[in-house]
Amino acid sequence: MIISVASGKGGTGKTTVATSLALSLGKNAQLADCDVEAPNAHLFIKPEFEAEETVTMPVPKIDDDKCTRCGECEAVCQFNAILTVADTIMTFPELCHGCGGCKAACPAGAIEDGKRTIGTIQHGRCNGLDFVHGRLRIGEAMAPPLIRQVRSRVTPDKTTVIDAPPGTSCPVIAAIKNTDFVLLVTEPTPFGLNDLELAVETAKILQIPSGLIINRSDIGDSRVAEYAAREKIPVLMEIPYQREIAEAYSRGEPVVEVFSQWRRRFEKLYADIQNLVAGRTI
Amino acid sequence: MKVAVSSNGKTLDSEIDTRFGRAACFLLVDLNSMSCEAVENKQNLKAAQGAGIQAAKTVVDHGAGAVITGNCGPKAYAVLQQAGISVITGASGQAKDALEKYKQGELSPAEGPNVNGHWM
Repeated sequence: MIISVASGKGGTGKTTVATSLALSLGKNAQLADCDVEAPNAHLFIKPEFEAEETVTMPVPKIDDDKCTRCGECEAVCQFNAILTVADTIMTFPELCHGCGGCKAACPAGAIEDGKRTIGTIQHGRCNGLDFVHGRLRIGEAMAPPLIRQVRSRVTPDKTTVIDAPPGTSCPVIAAIKNTDFVLLVTEPTPFGLNDLELAVETAKILQIPSGLIINRSDIGDSRVAEYAAREKIPVLMEIPYQREIAEAYSRGEPVVEVFSQWRRRFEKLYADIQNLVAGRTI
Repeated sequence: MKVAVSSNGKTLDSEIDTRFGRAACFLLVDLNSMSCEAVENKQNLKAAQGAGIQAAKTVVDHGAGAVITGNCGPKAYAVLQQAGISVITGASGQAKDALEKYKQGELSPAEGPNVNGHWM
């Protein structure tokens, strides 16, 4: 089973939830930090890193002798990453999404796969928990291909927790698509609610069952809870705004390792998710 | 020679649009006759990326020998340079006034892009 942790709004507690959930799963689990623009789950898991790999994506490499300047590649590219001008052909690798359309469209066979480095992937372990995260190259804008690579590194027969990036744009889609369940972490504030609604709609389009965690649940107002009731989204956990939790966080200590009652709550959370995914009531 | 001016409107009285890639339109002006053809740039206004590249291509395809605009980024500049088109940046005000200055030799071509690319 793959459980993704997403939020809409940033800073609601995705990493707090993802790391504690992964650590409460026991030995046969893995955590994939897919927030490749700002990976931080390792600060809590503190894995021993084993290997680092460089990740590239394909970009067009032109054989200038074969190219007839016909412009078919330019016509097919939705990203303005390749064009013919003044009897030359120009490419803009930083705009390329690596779809391979230009190569498929080229009638002269003049386009090969070049490579552009987009980031790195690191693997590690901590007390039997497999850990993997991606780190986007600084200045790189193309997060989804790296996120897909990070996800391809997880072992299918282990329970997987994915820490997704904030927002509801392409990187989030890449991180939560084809997961079995998405845990949406929010806070009971107007911003939290606004972005939660966007995240819920996103999960609906992707047809992923979802559940809610309300963090800092004793601040703000009741509109998030009312929205969840209206939309029939189960509220699976409420985390109060407590100084001790914030202090543990600031020291990089997962709440399940500091407070035994939170380990039990996260174990219950996983049991609830299993039941929901199996179509049972909780 | 034809000069392309990025502009807000379709006549020589129009204001220069200081954005090159996302200008409303380009005025293609024959410097001898001062005849003016307006080419719309609408398709680039909502482009997610690469607006400058496509705008530069439009200008090249219409046979311009020089561009007068406000700001030109690195990718648009690279395309214009590849096609041998000189780029005058920092222009503003009415298109006809800038063209008059250009004819008088008061505007000199930029040696490179004068603004950064957008977020990539």
